[in-house]
Amino acid sequence: MTTTAMPPARSLPKFGGFSLGMIKLELRRMIRNRRTVIFTFIMPAVFFLLFGTNASSRTQPAGSGNVTAYILVSMAVYGAMLSTTSGGAMVSVERAAGWSRQLRLTPLKPVAYIAVKLVLAMLIGLASVLVTFLVGSFSGAQLPLHAWIECGLLAWVCALVFAAFGLFMGYLLPSENVMQILGPVLAVLSFAGGLFVPLDALGHTFATIAKFTPVYGVGELARYPLVHDGNLWLAALNVVVWTAIFSAGAMWRFRRDTARV
Amino acid sequence: MTLTTPSHTRARGSGQLAVDLHGVVKRFGAVTAVDGISLQIRPGEVIALLGPNGAGKTSTVDMLLGLSNPTEGTVQVYGRAPHEAVALGLVSAVMQTGGLLKDYTVEETVKLTAVLFGRGPAEVTEALRRAGIADIGKRLVGKCSGGQQQRLRFAMALLPDPELLILDEPTTGMDVAGRHDFWTAIRQDARSGRTVIFATHYLEEADAYADRVVFVRRGQVVADGTAAEVKAMASGRTIRATMPGASEAQLLALPGVETAEVRGDTVLLASRDTDALARHLLNETGARDLEITSRNLEQAFLTLTADDIPGSPE
Repeated sequence: MTTTAMPPARSLPKFGGFSLGMIKLELRRMIRNRRTVIFTFIMPAVFFLLFGTNASSRTQPAGSGNVTAYILVSMAVYGAMLSTTSGGAMVSVERAAGWSRQLRLTPLKPVAYIAVKLVLAMLIGLASVLVTFLVGSFSGAQLPLHAWIECGLLAWVCALVFAAFGLFMGYLLPSENVMQILGPVLAVLSFAGGLFVPLDALGHTFATIAKFTPVYGVGELARYPLVHDGNLWLAALNVVVWTAIFSAGAMWRFRRDTARV
Repeated sequence: MTLTTPSHTRARGSGQLAVDLHGVVKRFGAVTAVDGISLQIRPGEVIALLGPNGAGKTSTVDMLLGLSNPTEGTVQVYGRAPHEAVALGLVSAVMQTGGLLKDYTVEETVKLTAVLFGRGPAEVTEALRRAGIADIGKRLVGKCSGGQQQRLRFAMALLPDPELLILDEPTTGMDVAGRHDFWTAIRQDARSGRTVIFATHYLEEADAYADRVVFVRRGQVVADGTAAEVKAMASGRTIRATMPGASEAQLLALPGVETAEVRGDTVLLASRDTDALARHLLNETGARDLEITSRNLEQAFLTLTADDIPGSPE
């Protein structure tokens, strides 16, 4: 018999398996998915072009810009929301395929897996905001420079609510096409939260209810640097409370899912 | 936090047990899936785990992989808790179905596994080659045949260079050629001294590839030994001899005879110790033309796993 070479040292990965290598591979796979690309890059920009670029919108002022800019920010919020939700909801597909179980045969810690999903959700959320803003900048949206940056950042960061929402739903719904359910749900929430139609256009009762729905806070916050209008604290409270609710829900389902029985 | 095995505890060929199950019980509510299994497996053994559906094979495999915890008893893999052994890559598994994402390519799937285990591109190439799928690395998993997907699972399992490889019904749904290719790959790999446990319902696979066969029924080990031993244990062997004028009553009085059948001048005697019986027949009686045959593993399987108690849990 020949002597065997020294075996590789067996050690656990750093950060529970959270790594740039994994994020890179996952990102490549995400972009390969046509539905994700449509939700992330195409739909928000197309909605903006359809509803935000007519002549009256371009000429009518809104805050320190025009109505086109107002609609652009709303659509960027919508895009970020769709992207982060679908990013979070990826766990549903992966559970249905038995991939989550396969990952449990690796050193990847469940918490690291969630962290990777959140990073991915936020990355495509960022890409969605950037694409929508890029289209907007060529299509007559007028905002002061600081508003471009602040609105974009707020639309993106606040979409964390929906990354948590996507995760929660991804663990809750076992469906392989969870976005077919969540897409319409997000559209309804967007109407209810004043993202597609200003709340003033709705009745008083409805406008009051709207303030308690999860899209309201994100929209108000993201448009604030442009319009300097609305109750900033109420909007921030809305975002914080909904993030807490969705995160708690996601943690609850996640614990159930990964428990060794 | 890092957890490292000192290299001298590399267990391949050393005295440490690969698997040590001690009084393991697994209950799901009122159903007892595993009912007190104790099993020791030495490094380098190739073990077949046989049993009907609901016998407790998958529950046992899940506990070995740390996917579930036993209700009672202890499970150790290379002296460690199973989930720790899994995280260190000491044990890996090829599961029956699922566990793959359609929109990854074959190579990306193995790459991701490598990233998680902290291994490099050289190991990816090696795992693909050893599983026989180096030529389809760029193919999307969703476009692969069942056999190719199974070899991809095998490549993923090989990646951490595990001491113990667990295969759960690995060739279910494969055609004959696919099954042959898969076992060729496994057999080549087992030469390196890896411990292999496979659950299967293809009895010929257990007969052909296992050093040791463990029969499980209703959550308990009912037979454990080499394929030949298990066959004998289940059914004993049968002696066929020419013995004119013998009566059944006479034959049953012979030492160790369990059943006797007379067909003209020919008699058929079943016994658990056919060697002693043959010696007796040749020395003490006029029997001649002796033939000793064992039942095949399939018959042994049916004997051992026959479940005459109705309403057993599925």
